Amino acid sequence: MSTAGIRFISKPHPVTGVTNSKLGIWCFLASEVMLFGGLFSAYIMLRTGTADWPRGSSLLNVPLATLNTLVLITSSVTMVMSWASLAMKDLKKYRMYMAFTILLGLAFLVIKGFEYAHKFENHHFPSTSTFYAIYFTLTGLHGLHVLGGIIVNLYFLGPGSALWKTNPDQLTGRVECAGLYWHFVDLVWIFLFPVLYLL
Amino acid sequence: MSELSHEEIRHHVKIYIRVFTALTILTVVTVAVSYLHLPLWPAITVALLIALFKGSLVAAFFMHLFQEKRLIFVVLALAVFFFLFLLLLPTLTSGLR
Amino acid sequence: MSDKHDSHELPFWRKYIFSQDHKVIGIQYAVTGLLFLLFGFSLMMVMRWQLAYPGQPLPWIGKFFPETMMIGGIMLPEFYNQLGAMHGTIMVFLGVVPLAVGGFGNFVLPLQIGAPDMAFPKLNMMSYWLYFIGGVIMITSFFVPGGAAQSGWTSYPPLSVIAPTGQTLWLIGMAFLINSSLLGSINFIVTTVQLRADGMSFFRLPFFVWAQFVTSFLLLLAFPPLMAAAVLQLMDRLAGSSFFMPSGLVVSGAVSHASGGGNPLLWQHLFWFLAHPEVYVLVLPAMGIVGEIIACNSRKPLYGYKALVYSVIFVGFLSFIVWAHHMFLTGMGTKMAAFFQITTMIISIPSVVILTTLILSLWGGSIRFSVPMMFALAFLPMFGIGGLTGLPLGLAAADIYLHDTYYVIAHFHYVVAPGTIFALFAGVYHWFPKATGRKMSETLGKIHFWFSLIFINGVFMPMFIMGLAGVSRRLYDPIQYAHAQPTQPLNVFISMSAWLLGLAQIPFILNFFGSLFFGKKVNENPWGATTLEWTAPSPPPHGNFSTPPHVYRGPYEYSVPGQKNDFLPQSLPAGQAGAPEGR
Repeated sequence: MSTAGIRFISKPHPVTGVTNSKLGIWCFLASEVMLFGGLFSAYIMLRTGTADWPRGSSLLNVPLATLNTLVLITSSVTMVMSWASLAMKDLKKYRMYMAFTILLGLAFLVIKGFEYAHKFENHHFPSTSTFYAIYFTLTGLHGLHVLGGIIVNLYFLGPGSALWKTNPDQLTGRVECAGLYWHFVDLVWIFLFPVLYLL
Repeated sequence: MSELSHEEIRHHVKIYIRVFTALTILTVVTVAVSYLHLPLWPAITVALLIALFKGSLVAAFFMHLFQEKRLIFVVLALAVFFFLFLLLLPTLTSGLR
Repeated sequence: MSDKHDSHELPFWRKYIFSQDHKVIGIQYAVTGLLFLLFGFSLMMVMRWQLAYPGQPLPWIGKFFPETMMIGGIMLPEFYNQLGAMHGTIMVFLGVVPLAVGGFGNFVLPLQIGAPDMAFPKLNMMSYWLYFIGGVIMITSFFVPGGAAQSGWTSYPPLSVIAPTGQTLWLIGMAFLINSSLLGSINFIVTTVQLRADGMSFFRLPFFVWAQFVTSFLLLLAFPPLMAAAVLQLMDRLAGSSFFMPSGLVVSGAVSHASGGGNPLLWQHLFWFLAHPEVYVLVLPAMGIVGEIIACNSRKPLYGYKALVYSVIFVGFLSFIVWAHHMFLTGMGTKMAAFFQITTMIISIPSVVILTTLILSLWGGSIRFSVPMMFALAFLPMFGIGGLTGLPLGLAAADIYLHDTYYVIAHFHYVVAPGTIFALFAGVYHWFPKATGRKMSETLGKIHFWFSLIFINGVFMPMFIMGLAGVSRRLYDPIQYAHAQPTQPLNVFISMSAWLLGLAQIPFILNFFGSLFFGKKVNENPWGATTLEWTAPSPPPHGNFSTPPHVYRGPYEYSVPGQKNDFLPQSLPAGQAGAPEGR
């Protein structure tokens, strides 16, 4: 049901081929590229500005972060599967995959919480050095994005899924957009992980 | 994307599983390579190349970029172009004398 | 979905306060923006007292300021710095951009493309309230211990990192404003691409829409790095990190506790990566407004429409790769300085093309000197002066002398103040009838125009001279340096002009509010304009058009040979040419 006659909410535009929300979410992701770009730029500038930047593997927990990488990749699969289930009109499977995605996202944050706690116990804070500063900031902002994604996904698992009854196409489109955001968050981690932990 | 038939989506699902396997293997490879303790510049190159490939898999298949409309590519291309400037120029401006 | 489209059923607070209608949101943005412009200008009027009569108590109102700001009416240096930093911040981020983009963009764009509303009405409402909250946070910062931000609108570290609490509020306020902007720009881009009426191809769009469209890309892609920078500065201030704090920093004789290893230039790069495109955000909507008003009031199509479109796209693109011309004095070396100097020189080309096509559009026209047209015409030479005086600043060698002097202040104020703000005034007079169904008073408008034009030049023209004499900006005591003392009479002249400029805004304020009740009532197209907004009622109802319009021609079909009327609305069917005004 369109608000005040706004077109192309569920049906794609005949010329551009996309719905409004599809274009909208990609614009948002473009801005997120620039956001993390700013932080990566800071990382490069700070690292090249000094001779004694530590190797990430010497200070950070590589096994735990590798596990987290696999957790996030798996959550990306379950996320796209939840969309595929909706597209195949299977609400039960959609709910199952979405629930898994949320759980995996929470697992990521819990593991990250352990990492941070261990750092704090050993008196490593953002104020300790610029390496720790950029580590906490990059992973912290990424973690906030994961949290945001979890909240959005919870909405689509819960109250948001009521849209299935009145406008299943619109719900499918929305979940696809939520999926695009989630994959992007995974993508950022795919770069964050080697840069911070392995190099 | 919701105009895809059930057949096409089942085909996509097969691809998702393959991509997942590839991503898992590549993650293990990235970590394994790091244990080789390569000198800094080769290490950066290998790590970033693998990450770029993994990222492309996520973008192309999970985000359906492979089949996306030209308009989306234009928006992304703009962002990527300026992203590269943002990444490189501040450091270049400080490094060169 | 519980959306009720019939406005009669919406309670007052959902119809006018938390509205999702782009026209209401546009008016909210415009009025809030105008109020912030007035407030930011008032800050400057107070500052000008200290500059004209340094160390003298401020008469009449000085005694009302607390001891943290003025002692016995004499301004404290810390307060002067707060006024300076907040004047810039408020004018740029709370005044001009919300009015130009949030106000005019929101109100006019959907109407001009024939859409019923923006693509995402809820997001639109959210972007206004994020702006509002950000503004409140910024104003609140005046009242916390230590006062408001006082490290320039540019917030350079290390000074900004060790500054009092107000700076933290500035950073948090900016975060709200940036997110507001982000949501707005997504809305504008999707709306322009997806919701154009049938027949409204990209090259039939009014130039105003093109200008807003490019502006939205600038906001979308340039603001996030500043968001990143704000996060980093907040970390430095609150978590003790050293992103921007260099090693071995000594503050007031004491060695800094920070870990060091940071780089103050990192902030400058991230800040200017946004702030340069930001200046094009300030000017592009203004050019769009001027284009619309010139075409309508010269009864002629805009000259070089395609050149305008390609130039505005080119300007937008280039604006991302010139930023370090604000940093020529940071020791970047000749290679990088040459790179940024070259891109800066190149970007002047499309800017000049735009200005020239607007001027050429007047040739042979039947000029109607309405109030909007007078402001629009004044924009042209004023922006010209601003643009030309930017050239020595963009040339690295000349900038060595002029950087951080009053010359810079004069340059950028010419483009924004008698430049953009005049164009925004033009827009208010031009679209007020569409928004309210009443015209503003021509007489009051002309008084507003002439006195503003005279006094604004009185404020900024002498600043070029002061800058060339080497007087630095951000000086609390203007006569502290010997080389600045001979220019002190200019400071007095500038301050007088500024206060008179303030008085000259009174006719505008009276006109704006008075015309809401007493302005002459008009029909939907009082100016005889061709673009789609003038086919909707004044003011347009929710949903804008009773039936979705179909577009048959370009946006500036004025004085078409062989036609009975001197204008053809875009949505008038072919073959119905010669039909009476309106539909």
